[in-house]
Amino acid sequence: MNIFTVILVVIGAIFMIVAAIYAISRKDLLVATIATSIISLVLSVFFFILQAPDVALTEATIGVALTTIIFVVTIRNTKRHEEEEE
Amino acid sequence: MKRIITILLLGVTGYFVADAVFSIPFGVDKLNIAKEYLLNSPEELKVANTVTAVVVNFRGFDTLGEVTVLFLAATGLGSILFRRRKYHTGLNPQREAPQASRIVQVGGKLLFPLILLLGAYVFIHGHLTPGGGFQGGVIIATGYLLLLVSFRKFAVKHSSLTWVEAVAGVTFAGIGLTGLVFGKDFLENFLPTGVLNSLLSGGIVGIIYVAVGFKVASELTGILDTMLSIKVEVDEENEEN
Repeated sequence: MNIFTVILVVIGAIFMIVAAIYAISRKDLLVATIATSIISLVLSVFFFILQAPDVALTEATIGVALTTIIFVVTIRNTKRHEEEEE
Repeated sequence: MKRIITILLLGVTGYFVADAVFSIPFGVDKLNIAKEYLLNSPEELKVANTVTAVVVNFRGFDTLGEVTVLFLAATGLGSILFRRRKYHTGLNPQREAPQASRIVQVGGKLLFPLILLLGAYVFIHGHLTPGGGFQGGVIIATGYLLLLVSFRKFAVKHSSLTWVEAVAGVTFAGIGLTGLVFGKDFLENFLPTGVLNSLLSGGIVGIIYVAVGFKVASELTGILDTMLSIKVEVDEENEEN
């Protein structure tokens, strides 16, 4: 593992943590879903670095594409019951 | 009193967990099964990708179970949302208002065959390169999703999806039963294994992964179409506010 990979991993890990905190702290569910998909994207890059390309493909297709779409469709088809905060 | 009991219980649990952890020999190679797989799959089965050999051949029965779980999930979702579907067209009533822009439409048209090709490549070459039936199927479903999002009038035929799914599932189970007939185990390899690193190698592994790819693709496309075409019940009181 050379120095470039280490820097990439550190930046990716910080990105993932920030995205996770953002996802649970935001009230807007759509933004939270996008943040979750960003976590999956970085995670698939990590799997690729760790020499597990099969798992990386699965994570990239299911975690980034399919789960996000299903969440977005569900959010659009449901309503929130609380008042919008200004 | 309660606190003391909790601390006591935690202490006992912690002691046994620590005991179990420290009794594991550290730095000793004990993975005999993994070594067996790594040595055997290129030699005997002629499968270049060991992950595929494990998933489809050595643990093929588990994969059949996973495919069954996915089938049950798709069936359950379809039966729950069946009454809300606006059938004969696949379009959501809410999708009528904003038409997808021209850029999205042209991009979807251009990308759809390429995504289909990538998905087919991933599951046909599952025994040679990373990837396989599940990944390729999901990629193909993503391509159909692109068309569903960009064209309002695009709809998939659920009857043909069901046919593809049924034929693929029967192929998987039938290959397993044929192995039982010719060999002595369920999903045993009965075809010639071919040359390592060529497309026609690995015996039944390639055929099973193509079947799994078709099955996953049709199931997930059906799920996405069902979810995009449900009718949203608008609550009158909430709508006025």
